[in-house]
Amino acid sequence: MSDTRAASPTFADVTRDVVRTLEPPGNLYFAWMCVVALMLAGGIGAWTGQIWWGMGMAGKRVPQMWAMYITSFVFWIGIGHAGTLISAILYLFRARWRTSIYRAAEAMTIFAVMTAGLFPLIHAGRMWFAYYLLPYPNQRLLWPNFRSPLVWDVFAISTYLTISTVFFIVGLVPDIAALRDVSTGWRRRIYAMLALGWEGSDSQWRHYRRAYGLLASLATPLVLSVHSVVSWDFAMALVPGWHSTLFAPFFVDGAIFSGFAMVLILVLPMRHFFRLHAYIQEKHLDAMGKLILVTGLVLTYFYVCEVFTSLYSGDEIEKASLFWKVTKNYAWALWLMYFCNCVSPLILFWGKARTSPVVLYVVSILVLIGMWFERFNIIVPSLGHDFYPYTWGIYYPSPTDTMIVIGSFAWFFLLFLGFIKVMPSLSVVEVKETLPPPIKDRSHGGHR
Amino acid sequence: MAATADTVVGVFAHVDTTVRALEELRSKGYHDLAVYTPVPVHEIEEVLERDRPVSRVRLFTLIGGLTGTASGFLLTIWSAMQWGLTTGGKPVVSIPPFVVIAFELTILFGGLATVIGMAVLGRLPRLRPSPSFDPRFTNDRFGIAVHCAPGRSDSVREILRTAGAEEVRA
Repeated sequence: MSDTRAASPTFADVTRDVVRTLEPPGNLYFAWMCVVALMLAGGIGAWTGQIWWGMGMAGKRVPQMWAMYITSFVFWIGIGHAGTLISAILYLFRARWRTSIYRAAEAMTIFAVMTAGLFPLIHAGRMWFAYYLLPYPNQRLLWPNFRSPLVWDVFAISTYLTISTVFFIVGLVPDIAALRDVSTGWRRRIYAMLALGWEGSDSQWRHYRRAYGLLASLATPLVLSVHSVVSWDFAMALVPGWHSTLFAPFFVDGAIFSGFAMVLILVLPMRHFFRLHAYIQEKHLDAMGKLILVTGLVLTYFYVCEVFTSLYSGDEIEKASLFWKVTKNYAWALWLMYFCNCVSPLILFWGKARTSPVVLYVVSILVLIGMWFERFNIIVPSLGHDFYPYTWGIYYPSPTDTMIVIGSFAWFFLLFLGFIKVMPSLSVVEVKETLPPPIKDRSHGGHR
Repeated sequence: MAATADTVVGVFAHVDTTVRALEELRSKGYHDLAVYTPVPVHEIEEVLERDRPVSRVRLFTLIGGLTGTASGFLLTIWSAMQWGLTTGGKPVVSIPPFVVIAFELTILFGGLATVIGMAVLGRLPRLRPSPSFDPRFTNDRFGIAVHCAPGRSDSVREILRTAGAEEVRA
């Protein structure tokens, strides 16, 4: 500890290091951008085809009408949750290790929710009628059915996107002001506009801090509600495998689990390429590894509960659904999920694994695969094997929906890659706050 | 007032010297001052908070949140009553599902009102920088701008310099 304290960066170092991340990028960055843009172009092409030729292109047939799009929708909403957990809940708990990763995590939240929001539109087919979901005044006095979980979803997701964006922008303002004051030329002009004339005066800070705390307190129940509402899309229906009160906490925990994996996927390369080792230290990786481990164990517990409630229910249909999931057509997906989500994080019990970027990266990728398949296993096998053999059915992905799902990853990474080169991906103010403040006379008590 | 008053700005490199200057200024009766810091500093806030009320942003949040709750219930109940269509054997006005909408709107309106409150109270956006602002104040320097009567600026300069200001300017 003592050597890191001695090498602790000063306030000016922080500003300089953050400005350094905004330098013109190298060839590797552009190569990545090209790959991602090509994937996105493929996804856009597939979507265009689906609009042109119809929803049959997505391989959707009764009973598998939710398939890949809703799987990915739930997956992406879940990814967002870790960002809000870091930026709001850990802020309220005063967990200091969050400061160096929270900006990247918050950006991830917004981009993930923006990605998720595309899927209901893609899934709806004629997405130009998406405004039917909103309560707008009309001559026939037709209003959305507020008893439907799908309408709750519209409200939950749009509130989540709005509040996360607002929270993110509020956090950015003092940082952009810091960038404005050290940059020159056109960058300075743009930052000056975006900084809204922030000066860091005591009256500004006074209202800012209060507002930030209040926003964090509002975002905390919000983030827990969003994935609960998403889970009720399923749990309110009578489909075997869905109709369970377990769903809300099960979804929220899975969301945080997958979200932390995505944070690591984004932060580890950032740390490496931007040389941010002084800020994103081993203890930060260790803390994130522990959170993945804990949420993974909780998730394992929920899986056990899920199986137990089904077996103990005395409901033959419920049991048949479970038996089918575990042994038949989609069994490979279920066992892959159990391996990725329950077994692979166990390596993080080992302390060295939690600080090894390679191990963390591999575990994170496995967790993301596992969590995508978790949503797949909830949606596809459950819909494929409900009450009547008459309505059973098998679904396999088509090229169109596969390309759209791949395109959604590209869209997310494109947004994130763009973001880290124009905005401070490391919070200038919050990182400075965790440093010992400059004190002239050490005898009066040093760092806080 | 502003035309006749002088403004003296002291630039500090350290938190403790800034706090010392603030204490000194307050004991000499200078209360019309602005402090610029790159980060919110607890010690400085402590000195300033003594004669300032808690930020009124929370009032905005409360009003926004309550407006959200009310409009959530109003929208759902009123619109359900426009078409008294019974679905799933449930009452037309069924409160439990409407709580979800009311909750989401509470958060939405509360959050937006908080930001509006911050902007209004913190006087943002500000179109041009205030004269006592210095770009170093967002990086690693602390600043105190004292507004005083025209004849007093010399004594203010003296206080700032003795406390350990790196630079003092008018």
